[in-house]
Amino acid sequence: MPTELLLFYALGAGAVLSTAAMLLPTTGRSPIHAALLLIVSFFFLAGLYALLSAHLLSILQIIVYAGAIMVLFTFVIMLLNLSPDEIREPKISYAKMLGGGVALFVFGKLLNGIGLAASAAKAVDLTQHDTFGTVKEVGHMMYSTFMVPFELVSVLLLVAAVGAVVLAKKNLAYVDRPVPSPAEEFKTEGHAAGDGEAAAGHGGHH
Amino acid sequence: MTFSCLQPPPLPDPHIDLESYEAGADLMVLNLGPQHPSTHGVFRIKLVLDGEIIVKAVSYPGYLHRGVEKLFEKLTYAQVTPIVDKNDYLSPMINEQAINMVFEAGLGIEVPRRARWMRTIIAELQRIASHLVAIGTFVLDVGGAIGGGASMFMYTFRDRELILDIFEELTGCRFHYNTHQVGGQRHDVPVGWDAKILSAIATIEQSLDMYDTLTSKNNIFRDRSEGVGVLGRDLALQLGLNGPVGRASGVDLDLRRDAPYHLYDELDVHVPVLMEGDCLARFKLRALEVRESIRLIRILLEDVPEGPIAALKPSKGPTAVKIKDGQWYVGVESPRGELGHYLIASASANKGMSPYRLKIRPPSLHLVSLVPWLLPGNSLSDAIAILGSLDPVMGEVDR
Amino acid sequence: MADLLANPWLRGIASSVVIATGVLTIAAWAIWFERKFAARMQNRVGPNVVGPAGLLQPLADALKLLRKEVLVPRKADAVLFRLAPALALFLTIAVVAAIPWGKDIYVADLDIGLLWVLAMSGMMLFPLWLAGWSSNNKYALFGGMRAVAQGISYEIPLLLSAMVPVVLAGSFNLREIVEYQSVHGWFAIWPPGIGVLAFVIFFATSLAEANRIPFDIPEAESELIAGVSVEYSAMSYGLFPMVEYVHTWLSSAVASVLFLGGWSGPGSSIWIIGLAWMLLKTSILFAFIYAMRWTLVRFRADQLMHFCWKWLVPVTLGLVCLAAVWVNVTAGGR
Repeated sequence: MPTELLLFYALGAGAVLSTAAMLLPTTGRSPIHAALLLIVSFFFLAGLYALLSAHLLSILQIIVYAGAIMVLFTFVIMLLNLSPDEIREPKISYAKMLGGGVALFVFGKLLNGIGLAASAAKAVDLTQHDTFGTVKEVGHMMYSTFMVPFELVSVLLLVAAVGAVVLAKKNLAYVDRPVPSPAEEFKTEGHAAGDGEAAAGHGGHH
Repeated sequence: MTFSCLQPPPLPDPHIDLESYEAGADLMVLNLGPQHPSTHGVFRIKLVLDGEIIVKAVSYPGYLHRGVEKLFEKLTYAQVTPIVDKNDYLSPMINEQAINMVFEAGLGIEVPRRARWMRTIIAELQRIASHLVAIGTFVLDVGGAIGGGASMFMYTFRDRELILDIFEELTGCRFHYNTHQVGGQRHDVPVGWDAKILSAIATIEQSLDMYDTLTSKNNIFRDRSEGVGVLGRDLALQLGLNGPVGRASGVDLDLRRDAPYHLYDELDVHVPVLMEGDCLARFKLRALEVRESIRLIRILLEDVPEGPIAALKPSKGPTAVKIKDGQWYVGVESPRGELGHYLIASASANKGMSPYRLKIRPPSLHLVSLVPWLLPGNSLSDAIAILGSLDPVMGEVDR
Repeated sequence: MADLLANPWLRGIASSVVIATGVLTIAAWAIWFERKFAARMQNRVGPNVVGPAGLLQPLADALKLLRKEVLVPRKADAVLFRLAPALALFLTIAVVAAIPWGKDIYVADLDIGLLWVLAMSGMMLFPLWLAGWSSNNKYALFGGMRAVAQGISYEIPLLLSAMVPVVLAGSFNLREIVEYQSVHGWFAIWPPGIGVLAFVIFFATSLAEANRIPFDIPEAESELIAGVSVEYSAMSYGLFPMVEYVHTWLSSAVASVLFLGGWSGPGSSIWIIGLAWMLLKTSILFAFIYAMRWTLVRFRADQLMHFCWKWLVPVTLGLVCLAAVWVNVTAGGR
């Protein structure tokens, strides 16, 4: 138990500290460093999941969040190459306010739901089952109880991916451009080389 | 021989106007070279890239400029030969022959038959050696210096080594031979030379089959070279391209057949011509030319002419050759195309012992002039493959 | 001694030391092996000066690199520039933790062992991308961008083809996968067709993950000079090829665990023979990678993507479905 507790505090402290470090003025000016600190905190969170016996969840956290998603995140941030001045300029627009309002609403709903679930659920120590958090258990849940939401989410992601491709696809007309062709009047069959005309001769005198 | 006065119409500008390029595109300028492993020497290309696709390519040769043509005007005719070895450093023998042929034309002397026979064999061996380098480096450019490309490169260099051994036996040198002189050869054929040549070309012929298996049956290699960097026949004609690159685009011209020199008028030179004009065609054509050279050497070795190897007495010093006023042009078929030398001799230039002006028409310069035409629209990787398939030698371009 | 090893902390530290030294030793002599092998393929002699048959050449190279100065370009992001090679080595060695080298020779018996291996080798994109970006060099940036594009694409067929043995054995645990194969035969042979195809695809895509020819476009030296590592010098450069060798070695190890029965073989109940079988299978795959590397040429970036998305992804998806059908048809097979 003490080992587990020790690990919990260590991992928790790591997660909190690495997230807090993102806000420090020294790192906050560099979005890349902030994004990398986010990855570090994802790793600590993965450790916490593992501590809760949710092995699958923890490894998926690393593969999906720390791996795939954050690679794309840093990719975008690095290629934007924002200067520190641009980042420090907060601009408020109606669209942002609307978006923020919607986000707050959803967040409130989620909190509410978590609170409801917490009060309604019986206090069962799930970790006592030795199958808890294993791949089999999660798979069973995903393909029986949560079949419909799971499939809906995957359809949603597919649509998003297709939409992103459509939006990002550029006009590739230039790429297929033919090699510039020489002037028309030169395209005559009469100049078939090899008749010695075009060839400069051996020892020709002027 | 008459010169064609065909004046091609002005070429359209291959460089697109970047202002008119798709608005909002992020273009990146990338300097390929001059210190880049795949530009075959010190050659710089400024690429404008949209992602990995080349939008515009501007070539900047000149990093290897040595002022050779000016140097010719200071040296005597006999001193010029070792200098031209360094021009096309992959086929020094043919450079030596070409420049001595223009001097011989200026003097109006006939080279003895045995010397011409030697020159023909040497030229064909040199062509094989040079094409082996071209074949090897093209695969190297496609396949990487640490990978399959390097293996092929090693194999072709192993075969080229056989030819260098033959030349070493003849001249004592492996690269800068200085064996041709005005009027003939400096070194006579060593004993057992023909047997050595026959065994070397037999080995190379076998290796060619292996290269064929390694490349044309390799799907990745075909994908990388087939249909890449297509050069049309019209553009090839208009840019004055001949040699393997022109012949791979359907320009049926080979000076060995169409304006024969040495002993080529007695030989029936079969000139391979391909119509595709892509990298694979250029690659295949070089292999075909190596086979043709092997055939020619076999025919030549059947009948060894006897006699002197030089028309003039061995020169006692650098001042022996004097050319009177006049202008001469001699073009020979180098492994890269027509290598021409244009000599203006004057009795006033260093008392007739030095050229008044000697202009080189290097085939590689015309190959390099293709860069703004062939590269746009291709990716960066293909640009390297295309450059490799053209096989320019920068020593010759920059002179 | 046994008491000490019972303590999980001490056991962890001890096994880390063993793994780190073992892996780096293997990497060093893998380099010697490849150089000799390539030399033989190319009619050369290869390293033969330092030590008998050039065996000490890797050591000499490492010493030379260690003595050199690490140069950081002025406009580079110094922190990330220094971090990237170290991170690469860390992630590569982390893969070893889940691989069973023998019947009882492993660091951690994870029930998600395969996922751990794939997660860690998937994270290898980060150091490459960081190195490419932080160098502040256009060639390095190209290398980094290609590495990310290739890595993310090839991770999909890699994961899917690795799912075939998982479906067949019914476990993510590498030890259980090997034990299943030691009873029912190698997955590369049985079920017919499905197994061997999955094996070939897994092997090919893990080559792509390890940046090996014909998939080595991130460091395609004929066009990008050295790709991501173009600005690196001294040992911080040396770590990149080293990581590549370790990664290749581990890819062969995982492939032999998943498809060639890992440590199982005649007499594998004795631990040393099991370990020998595992090392033999890994080495054969490893040598095969080199034979391929010195034979093939490389793909172009767009051809690589076409190959992945238009061929590998659909085929591996089909293979996973077929494997599921096979398991259900031959129900009771486990």
